[in-house]
Amino acid sequence: MRKYTPKDNVQAKAKYTDRFWVAPRTPRSPVEGEHYEAALAKLKESVEVLDAWIELGQMLVTIRPEQNVDALRTLKEECGYAMCSELSAVDYLAQDGEFEIFYQLLNLAEAKRICVLTRIKENQAIESIVPLYAMAKFAEREMYDMFGIVVNNHPYLKRIIMPDDWEGHPLLKTYPLEGDEFASWYEVDKIFGKEYRDIIGPELRDPARIDRYDTQRFSRIGHEVPFGADPELVDETETPIEYSSDVLVDYNKGPHKVLDKRK
Amino acid sequence: MQQQPNKLRPFFENLEFERDDNTMVINFGPQHPSAHGQLRLVLELDGEQVVKAYPDIGYLHRGIEKMAENMIYNEFLPTTDRMDYIASTSNNYAFAHAVERLIGLEVPRRAQVIRTMLLELNRIISHLFFLATHALDVGAMSIFLYAFREREYAMDLMEDYCGARLTHSAVRIGGVPLDLPEGWLSDLTTFIDKLPEQIKLYEDLLTENRIWRMRLEDVGIVTPEQALEWGCTGVMLRGSGIEYDVRKEEPYELYGELDFDIPVSDRCDSYGRYRLYMEEMKQSVRILRQLIGMYSKTDSQLMAHAPQYISAPKEEIMTQNYALMQHFVLVTQGMRPPKGTVYAPTESPKGELGFWIRSEGEPYAYRLKARAPSFFHTGILQDILPGTYIPDVVTIIGSTNIVFGEVDR
Repeated sequence: MRKYTPKDNVQAKAKYTDRFWVAPRTPRSPVEGEHYEAALAKLKESVEVLDAWIELGQMLVTIRPEQNVDALRTLKEECGYAMCSELSAVDYLAQDGEFEIFYQLLNLAEAKRICVLTRIKENQAIESIVPLYAMAKFAEREMYDMFGIVVNNHPYLKRIIMPDDWEGHPLLKTYPLEGDEFASWYEVDKIFGKEYRDIIGPELRDPARIDRYDTQRFSRIGHEVPFGADPELVDETETPIEYSSDVLVDYNKGPHKVLDKRK
Repeated sequence: MQQQPNKLRPFFENLEFERDDNTMVINFGPQHPSAHGQLRLVLELDGEQVVKAYPDIGYLHRGIEKMAENMIYNEFLPTTDRMDYIASTSNNYAFAHAVERLIGLEVPRRAQVIRTMLLELNRIISHLFFLATHALDVGAMSIFLYAFREREYAMDLMEDYCGARLTHSAVRIGGVPLDLPEGWLSDLTTFIDKLPEQIKLYEDLLTENRIWRMRLEDVGIVTPEQALEWGCTGVMLRGSGIEYDVRKEEPYELYGELDFDIPVSDRCDSYGRYRLYMEEMKQSVRILRQLIGMYSKTDSQLMAHAPQYISAPKEEIMTQNYALMQHFVLVTQGMRPPKGTVYAPTESPKGELGFWIRSEGEPYAYRLKARAPSFFHTGILQDILPGTYIPDVVTIIGSTNIVFGEVDR
């Protein structure tokens, strides 16, 4: 029987994992007694904090997705986290049926960073943080484009990186690296039209593919083939390598200068 | 005249003149020489004044974050070159730094010195490129030639070190692959001795130049509030009077030990930002001078010793069986960092470049998000362009110093 390959995560996987391998975890420490304690206390007053810990130099906080705007408003207005460096999502649909959304905040006065994490279900929408941080105008669009996460009350929720008429969301774990069926026909349909599919064929998205009869993109070492020549006419015999005696200097000929003394 | 688009005759939005409000929509790009890459800026114009601006990006999208999920960590490192291709070592470093923080690795001192040197050299290369293209956009042709001449010397230094001029991959996770070649430090000394004279030449040509000042002063105003809420970093932030430099505030590598200043301008306009770029180049020269002295005091180790994550040195691999086995596993399967989340910010020439990595203990990153400064500097265009005039649009795009490899990833 052929090996079953899971369809919910088609990304590259480890080729071999030891049976007894247990992945270690980065060291986590409690927030108590740290610099972030005051910010966490203020955050706990306004929203429900599910978990908070310190990992690799910053505090990570998990909150409920409905309270994301409240939590960020508290952090921005009361704790001084004036800049949101980045926001995006992580696809955990295969494991838990959820997306994890992160907001990476920065307090410029204290040079401290907080990562706010929240989890939403597959078809759940999240509230936009554009009123707090204008950078979300772009960042939330990218999140929508890459994961298909709908952001409520975003002023202009449209694809940003992929074309407007694209189908599928490329950073989902179900989306293969080479692109899907739609992606392989996208440019053919766009440039030539659907009726040319048979003539042109799907786009080859395998980066390692080498066609030895392709005389336009590949040269063949040892075989002199004119550019764009008809593959039918390509001569299979090897072209003998000819060296010009003027260019190739024979160093074995002639008197040698022998260094007898080391400088 | 109403257009009737069909398959043979598509809808030309730039022909739509006859509108009730008498505004015209033009496409600035994606093939525009001063759009600094593939930026399509849809501008709604009232006469020559911009009423509405809509930056459309994605023309250089290569799915770098997707590739990161399908490559082992070492395999992905050369891909980061293609983000900010003007200063690629800063990307290599930002990625290596994030992974090192994730696995808790201490980098040997000589590697730190070399990395910091390369980062500052890349900053100079990037700033010279900025100056050249920005001046060319605004109309100063000779500056372009002078700045590119000096940039060539800096790129020669990069070439002498790693063999590449643009896509360096000069940093590895855990250190650097090579020691400095013979005579490199004296070449670097020659370069940084000459550079201040050149910077003075540029400043003499531009700083008090009447045309240059007319084109740059009070153009592209970014208020401090806008800069903060748009996530502007680097010169865009410091040009608005907010002093924040990751090198000073959250020091990495040797920046904690080095003596340098962070120039800040509260002019909030393109002219202030131009002055900052010039100042930063002088500071980079200062940093490089200190690093040359530091180099001789280090011992020769270049890669961290962590056999679980980093291959052992060649001598060990060739002589010891277990080191060879570990090396084989690391090359074929890749290292497995611990489970966890890391965000490691660095100050790239363009601003704060950081990699947010979620690791699930696999040899492939479960999610890698590249926080690219230019992405947000492109976004802010939609807020700062309305109200300006067409010639200023070119100045403002040049002044944001965006690179599209980084915006689209």
